[in-house]
Amino acid sequence: MSQSMMWTVLLGTSVFCFAIKLLGHYIPEVWLSHPRLQRINALVPISLLSALIVAQGVVVKTHIVIDHRLAGIAVALAALFAKMPFPVVVVSAAVTSAVIFHLH
Amino acid sequence: MAKFPRDTFRDSLSVSLTVGAYGVAFGAASIAAHFSILQTCLFSLLTFTGASQFAAVGVVGAGGAALSAIAAATLLSTRNALYGMQMSPLLKVRGLKKIAAAHVTIDESTGVALAQTPRGTDAMRTGFWLTGLGVFIFWNIFTLLGALGAKALGNPASWGLDAAVPAAYLGLLWPRLQTNFLRVVAIASMIFALLVTPWLAAGMPIIMSVLVATSFGWRES
Repeated sequence: MSQSMMWTVLLGTSVFCFAIKLLGHYIPEVWLSHPRLQRINALVPISLLSALIVAQGVVVKTHIVIDHRLAGIAVALAALFAKMPFPVVVVSAAVTSAVIFHLH
Repeated sequence: MAKFPRDTFRDSLSVSLTVGAYGVAFGAASIAAHFSILQTCLFSLLTFTGASQFAAVGVVGAGGAALSAIAAATLLSTRNALYGMQMSPLLKVRGLKKIAAAHVTIDESTGVALAQTPRGTDAMRTGFWLTGLGVFIFWNIFTLLGALGAKALGNPASWGLDAAVPAAYLGLLWPRLQTNFLRVVAIASMIFALLVTPWLAAGMPIIMSVLVATSFGWRES
């Protein structure tokens, strides 16, 4: 991605995210209190984060690629099951992935 | 804000420090997606809503288009509008203070404010401002540290940074999966993303996963 596109992403994200925050402070509560909207809104972060894990963990461009990254994610998953704190989860994934990357 | 309830102060500070530390992961993720250190820091200063920042750099890192990155980040930030709606009648501020209040309207400031409900509206307001500003300060400091660290490491793959980024997403997702229904939504979203990946442009599966959220949330579960 070119530098101008990177700036577009940065500024576009900042403008829209701030506009949404500000909007919330101005609109009356009834507008967004529809139960369906609230239910979907609560699920959006879960769906997006799940898709992000897939996109960054096992995808290169538009292909599914199983490599050192998946080993790192598996270790992260094990760390989460073992109730490890966030930094341990991330670092253990990184170390595992790096080791396998260098063994190849 | 005449009084400074000690418990509220403690709540705000502990949340600010813990959440702020996640900024390291964002700084590293942003560098791994080939943003510069300046751009990475501006993200945390200007966008200042963690999940959206992760999504924006995540889509770019996955090779997605600029519009997909902005759309994913914006979709993730819609909950902040719900928070603003709840906080606005409590804060009763105008002008520049309203702008500042809007900018620090995030999960944590709203969460701490609502948790102060038994301590009264003064404590709620104090909790909102202390946590909002506290997270802002620490999030930005840690973003810079993460960006500098990642830059110093060089090739993302040789230090495992390319696995640390999805692991960080997993770490952010994990505490949200409190019921079986939510776990099913997460797994369905992953399967959906895997299935559509070969057919869509890079980054698009992330945006399209909102369809999974929509279909699960359409009817009462």
